[in-house]
Amino acid sequence: MELTGAQALIKSLEMERTEVIFGLPGGCILPAYDPLLDSSIRHILVRHEQGAGHMAEGYAHVTGRPGVVMVTSGPAATNLVTPICDAYMDSVPLVAITGQVSRAAIGTDAFQECDTVGITRSVTKHNELVMDPAELPLVVRQAFHLATTGRPGPVLVDVPKDVLTSKVEWWWPTDDELLASLPGYRPNTRGHTRMIREAARTIVAAERPVVYAGGGILRARAAEELAALVELTETPVVTTLMARGAFPDDHPLNLGMPGMHGNYTAITAMQEADLLIALGTRFDDRVTGRLDGFAPGAKIVHVDIDPAELGKVRRPDVPIVGDAKTVIAEITKAVRALLDSGEATLPERAPWRSRISGWQERYPLHYDPPAEGDALKPQRVMEALRDSAPEGTILASGVGQHQMWASQYWRFNEPYTWVNSGGLGTMGFSVPAAIGAKVGRPDRTVWAVDGDGCFQMTAQELVTASSERIPVKIAILNNAYLGMVRQWQEMFYEERYSEVYLSPDLPDYVKWAEAMGCAALRVEDPDEIQPAIDKANSIDDRPVVVEFRTDASEKVFPMVPAGAANGDVVVHPTQAAESRKVVQ
Amino acid sequence: MRTPHHHTLTVLVENRSGVLARVAGLFARRGFNIESLAVAPTDDERFSRFTIVVDVRETDPEQITKQLFKLVNVVKITELAPADAVERELLLATVTADAEARSAVIELVDIFGGGIVDVGWNQVSVMLAGEPARLDDFEELVRPYGITELQRTGRVALARLERQAPRLRTTGKAS
Repeated sequence: MELTGAQALIKSLEMERTEVIFGLPGGCILPAYDPLLDSSIRHILVRHEQGAGHMAEGYAHVTGRPGVVMVTSGPAATNLVTPICDAYMDSVPLVAITGQVSRAAIGTDAFQECDTVGITRSVTKHNELVMDPAELPLVVRQAFHLATTGRPGPVLVDVPKDVLTSKVEWWWPTDDELLASLPGYRPNTRGHTRMIREAARTIVAAERPVVYAGGGILRARAAEELAALVELTETPVVTTLMARGAFPDDHPLNLGMPGMHGNYTAITAMQEADLLIALGTRFDDRVTGRLDGFAPGAKIVHVDIDPAELGKVRRPDVPIVGDAKTVIAEITKAVRALLDSGEATLPERAPWRSRISGWQERYPLHYDPPAEGDALKPQRVMEALRDSAPEGTILASGVGQHQMWASQYWRFNEPYTWVNSGGLGTMGFSVPAAIGAKVGRPDRTVWAVDGDGCFQMTAQELVTASSERIPVKIAILNNAYLGMVRQWQEMFYEERYSEVYLSPDLPDYVKWAEAMGCAALRVEDPDEIQPAIDKANSIDDRPVVVEFRTDASEKVFPMVPAGAANGDVVVHPTQAAESRKVVQ
Repeated sequence: MRTPHHHTLTVLVENRSGVLARVAGLFARRGFNIESLAVAPTDDERFSRFTIVVDVRETDPEQITKQLFKLVNVVKITELAPADAVERELLLATVTADAEARSAVIELVDIFGGGIVDVGWNQVSVMLAGEPARLDDFEELVRPYGITELQRTGRVALARLERQAPRLRTTGKAS
């Protein structure tokens, strides 16, 4: 069967069971948009290519399937760089198709030409410029395989316009042909048997173990396996920002999020542990704080699909390369064998548990209740959103203070319900990511918590949401500042506020949201919080934006200041004052 | 300078466009320093071989190897400590050699087992292939005559072969 390159491209995407493409057409990709009209694949027309990328990420976060983006060459491709890098940092499976100028024009500085594979080389797991039309199906198949296996990540396929218009004989590579075409790519998913036994022995010998669960648990869809290991070994768990939902927050062994703005108990339990069972996580600086002060007494069992993560930051005592799902199940089996055979018994966990509950009682998450006439407390808004959220609600967030409050105050009891930009910290992530999440899980309520700074970066995608009838809900915590930067300037730059004020009224968020086809509400009074959220939850025929005017002086606590060790975590000033009283 | 701290990585890669950029980009992005780099085709046209020399005091060779291996086009990596490698490099140099000095230069080249590849009015171009340390020695000895231009290829390397015949097995599976 002879097809055009464009037809072969779309057919290849269909072969990979693509349900939806987020994209925006233009010159060089034009030929691919014609066969799209006859395809079963849904296309969502975005207003900016960055939005397409984040939507695809949001879709991938909640479905576990690769998000697919298609845009044209030049500026469209460069607009995609941010979401591609975001996906790379957070190991999100993403396939990006970009148009390119015709082969003969490559290198001539043609209109809308840019070196897309060159620019994206360091932020993709792999990329490929397709010079041979016959290779198109193979390259697409490779892209999906690479994006979704091993450590997932973004893969970009750059297709010159004349490759799309040339004739190709259709073929679809077999599994064998696919593997033969990637001789250097054989991710190791099964852990080393001896190391797994070693891990089991280390775990049963530990008196103060902590499971340090990372986003890899979600990528490997290993939440059940994690719960089985945790329950068998009665090990407390911390879930990193990327792993929220990987283990239920309402489980008594869940200590919450560790790291720079993690809760006191999670941070301190890691510091005091004699064993960290690090699963699908990479010892990010936001988790470890100053490295030489991080978990000084802990042995490390480190499981990761990416061998380069083992020993990159902290040398593990027991390194295991493998897929988290498989390896955790194997470790659990090995632990059970040790316990059942009587070869080992678990140390008494009560002393460790009681130290932990001591920290929990002393330093729970805290904010001062508002005084009469105060602006809204952002934490109070988060609690109200959480408590009113329908079962199974998916939460997306941008980057900054609101993101930390979202992670701290939400109760994540189900995996794949948290959509967030962790590694790259991309402001403007939440609106498009929430839209992508809603496309992936239309059966779920999707809330995005956003800051006023973030919202202004990508709000135009609400036009996409309105026109495509994707009813997401956006809560803007409008404190009229770039809040996290303001917090740092307050704490570390003697309150010298430099370029962080944004104004509460400019833009008028309600008018703006309405102009984009959304329902819009503004909340200034604490008594209005609940009715507004109830109203927003009741609207299901279009996007809703609720603007909450929040207290700009609120800061995120606890906090491990940059460059400090986790032992020097700063708790909320009220708690610090109380504990001084206790000491006196 | 070549020291025991210089390890050689031989990296077998798919012979595709952009692979050199991927490898070079990875070194730049991760802050790894390359001492020397040689790229050449192999006996199998689908693959090329990179010979990369790195200073292991500056970067952990394990991280370099692991990061390199994440490149989809990288097929195999061998890390060779100086004692484990047979290494050769090629040197080309134009040396000032007027009538007076010419025979001395030629003699030096002969001693090292090199050759004269070009002769001019008061210069000769010489070629020498050998172990990198030997090239260093030659370079030093010929320098007083005046080196106008000098090029070295960077080393290529193969793993040193087993010296011992395999022991007869007394235990284990008979396979």
